[in-house]
Amino acid sequence: MKTFRILAAGLVGLAFAGLAHAAGGSKHPHGPEAGWPFEGFTGQYDKASVQRGYQVYKQVCASCHGMKLLSYRNLGEPDGPFYDPAFPNPNDNPFVKALAAENEVMNATPNDAGEFEFRPAVPADRFRSPFPNDAVARAANGGALPPDLSVIVKARHYGADYIYSLMTGYPDFSLYEDRIIEENGETIYQTVIDMAKFEKLGSYKPDHGPAHMIQPTGQYYNPYMAGDATPNFLGDPRHTPPGGFLAMGPQLPDGRVEYTDGTEATTSQMAYDVAQFLAWSAEPKLEARKRTGLATMVFLLVLTTLLWFSYKQIWRKVEH
Amino acid sequence: MSGHESKYTPNSAFERWLDTRLPIIRFANDTIITFPTPKNLNYWYVFGGILAVCLAIQIITGVILAMHYEASVDGAFASVERIMRDVPYGWLLRYIHANGASMFFLAVYLHMFRGLYYGSYKAPREVLWIIGCVIYLLMMATAFLGYMLPWGQMSYHGSNVITGLFGAIPLVGESIQIWLMGGPSIGNQTLQRFFSLHYLLPFMIAGAVILHIWALHVPGNTNPTGVEVKDVEKDTVPFHPYYTVKDAFAIAIFLIMFAVFVFYAPGVLGHADNYIEANALVTPAHIVPEWYLLPFYAILRAITFDLGPIDAKLLGVIFMFAAIAVLFLLPWLDTSKVKSMRYRPVARQFFFGFVVVCFLLGWCGAANPDAAVIPALQGEPSLVVNYTVDGAPASATYRGGAEAFEQAKAFMASLPEGTNASLAAVPAPTFAFRHLSLILTFLYFGYFAALFFIGLTEKPKALPESIHKSVLKRKPKEMGNAVPAE
Amino acid sequence: MTTETHDEAVDEDRRNFIHIATGSVALGGAAMFAWTLVDQWNPAADTRAASALDVDVSKVPLGGEIRILIGGKPFFVRHRTPAEISAAESVNISILPDPESDEARLRPKADGSLNKAILVTSGACTHLGCVPVGPSQGNTGDYGGWYCPCHGSHYDTSGRIRKGPAPSNLPVPNYRWVSDSVVNISL
Repeated sequence: MKTFRILAAGLVGLAFAGLAHAAGGSKHPHGPEAGWPFEGFTGQYDKASVQRGYQVYKQVCASCHGMKLLSYRNLGEPDGPFYDPAFPNPNDNPFVKALAAENEVMNATPNDAGEFEFRPAVPADRFRSPFPNDAVARAANGGALPPDLSVIVKARHYGADYIYSLMTGYPDFSLYEDRIIEENGETIYQTVIDMAKFEKLGSYKPDHGPAHMIQPTGQYYNPYMAGDATPNFLGDPRHTPPGGFLAMGPQLPDGRVEYTDGTEATTSQMAYDVAQFLAWSAEPKLEARKRTGLATMVFLLVLTTLLWFSYKQIWRKVEH
Repeated sequence: MSGHESKYTPNSAFERWLDTRLPIIRFANDTIITFPTPKNLNYWYVFGGILAVCLAIQIITGVILAMHYEASVDGAFASVERIMRDVPYGWLLRYIHANGASMFFLAVYLHMFRGLYYGSYKAPREVLWIIGCVIYLLMMATAFLGYMLPWGQMSYHGSNVITGLFGAIPLVGESIQIWLMGGPSIGNQTLQRFFSLHYLLPFMIAGAVILHIWALHVPGNTNPTGVEVKDVEKDTVPFHPYYTVKDAFAIAIFLIMFAVFVFYAPGVLGHADNYIEANALVTPAHIVPEWYLLPFYAILRAITFDLGPIDAKLLGVIFMFAAIAVLFLLPWLDTSKVKSMRYRPVARQFFFGFVVVCFLLGWCGAANPDAAVIPALQGEPSLVVNYTVDGAPASATYRGGAEAFEQAKAFMASLPEGTNASLAAVPAPTFAFRHLSLILTFLYFGYFAALFFIGLTEKPKALPESIHKSVLKRKPKEMGNAVPAE
Repeated sequence: MTTETHDEAVDEDRRNFIHIATGSVALGGAAMFAWTLVDQWNPAADTRAASALDVDVSKVPLGGEIRILIGGKPFFVRHRTPAEISAAESVNISILPDPESDEARLRPKADGSLNKAILVTSGACTHLGCVPVGPSQGNTGDYGGWYCPCHGSHYDTSGRIRKGPAPSNLPVPNYRWVSDSVVNISL
């Protein structure tokens, strides 16, 4: 009977292990080596990094991706990247006002002639949308809709790790090669990547002959993208590399932005900053949550201890 | 409302006046103060109190969230995010409500397993058990309706699947499905009616809880020995303060766990896809319900075969509903007169097996049905060349290392033009989750069948004479220590 | 025997203390949680953000007014003529139902000077909250300011109550001059 129980416990443990290991077709994302500052029981956002991340978003991502759930005032709210204790109301914060005013937004109410005018944004305005509607966005991006980034970190498995891995995970352009092949009498122009040379792939060992990945026009291979690369993989289909294709090419080559605080803008630095900015935008109340959580845990531990003594007192004369 | 004699004596003139008109103080006193409760209840008996707290928390936070929520397909997602960002303490209230649902189900499952182990469903408590099953059904309905409200991808496509279940009913299924959705698909009208029902059902649960407590207080609590109370003086203690303080302690422990989820892992029980706004044109790659419905989802998917005129889809639905319906019949399925599994050596082992089966079903519900249960045991995939010969499909299979790929490529090159040759990797056959689900489904129902037969043949252990005696027997050492040294 | 009784008494005290402490802590926690339930009724951050507006007063025609809604509440911004200004200033304030000088109803600019031509007031009658008519509707009442058609309250060119049931002057909102032509009105 004992063995039965041990067996049962083992099976239950196995069930949980299985839940944790949800197999997918893409490479398991990883965060920066030192981890994220906002992890753990007391972790908080690195404000300077979130500020830089906003700069990356503004100068790179915002041309295609909207953040319709955010307003400029959010940047200056408590725990926000540009919060200034001198201005508890972010609408009065001159820096936030200046950040907002860099963007032209359409007035929500028509003018006297019934037309919607463009004006500089104020802190109460939502982030400027790059496209007036989804159809325009698709048309401008080869049929692909750039997702809204407001809660993207919560909307993807592995959250900030995924953003970081995706942005740093593209094969280098030097690996792309154009070639011409003859097939069935037709001349085909192809752009391919020799996966054997893609060292970032890590665990993938192309010991099954040549392993070329065709790059479809307007599509970019990324090992962290969800999908199935088999149809474009010319090598052994039993060893298709992880990942898939997306319509967004590598966006963060070294030096893509010039940080106002002088930090060197390497690909990994920019990915780190923008992932942290997006983590903040998805969960702006994280710091308040952990502060409240600490107080609540202390309270509950005190209450539980007191209840324990109360319980022992009341039951001390009863056999039970 | 309670089966015991009232011990309430009005103390003031006002209480005497009220007692002859609306004996509400007497009622409260008899129900939660003086109610005689077996003195040997262990910690498995605390979940009733915990569940009452869960219901109160869900109703309070829910009523408040409804003040800020907008039930429309255009506004629902944004209004939930507004609660998270702009409403004072909105993030806290929403995380309590969202995780509260999971905590509620965690507690109800422990409460139910407690009832199964100690035979709480047996005479004279059949009605108590059935009302409990009704509450559980209402909880599942409420949880499903509530999961739709954030209008994320899982909300939308999950609702699609569940309303689709009704479509499997022969003849009238499709009409019922359209009636439920208020249109050809899940839309604004569906969201509005589901929101209305999500607000209504918790109050029906509260009503059913009152009946549940009523039905509890007529025969009184069971206890771990399963022996009924014989001497109120010796076998029981008044509910207050003995069980109020014990329940309060257990509730505090439970709240600690609850708070860990709310403050430190608020999203871990949810699904990332639900932070993507609903899109009817894109179904998430892997639809799963919330964890507390996974075992039933596994049963639904386990049935992949037709049975006579009943097709697999309908059969799956029947099995899933039967998995819940069988609980209603349990008081009559279990033939043993002995309540507590403590004294049923055979049934007890089956009970532990049943718990494991439930966990494993949950595991299957979360997994891809075609994935290998134990990936290490799955063989290497084989290479298959699919091509056509004079219009008829044909294939050639290659196994082995790199040379198999070379051979397959060579074979493809050797095929004449117009044969549409393509190369694919086919996974080796293995023991997949859908196989495991099917086995577990039969084990799930098998438990209830087994209870019927075990009850007829099992030889139970000797029962204690009374609750009082059983308590004394367990404590010989402590009593020995209590004797003062001369 | 005596010592035992003594122990019992001490024990009883401790028991009471423990229970009182436990109950107090539990009540304190319930009160803290209740506070979050109360606080969530306060205006949300987006509502607060919509409770302030920069208004370009240079667009208000001389002798006219613009009516604006801030957070759903009506406000009047009036560009007064010299005659209206002197009418507002020349009144003997001791005869008014709600004595207030015209100067006290204006807010200085950043340099401390007053722009007497621009008057900013609430647009809700202090009687029962109707919105008075004014130059926009061509009816300025007996005193040249505003007239509330609901119950006949007359306001002068400084927004002060002169006749009728309203108990006090149209309140001056919390506003400040951002520049020479822009005022920021906030609730």
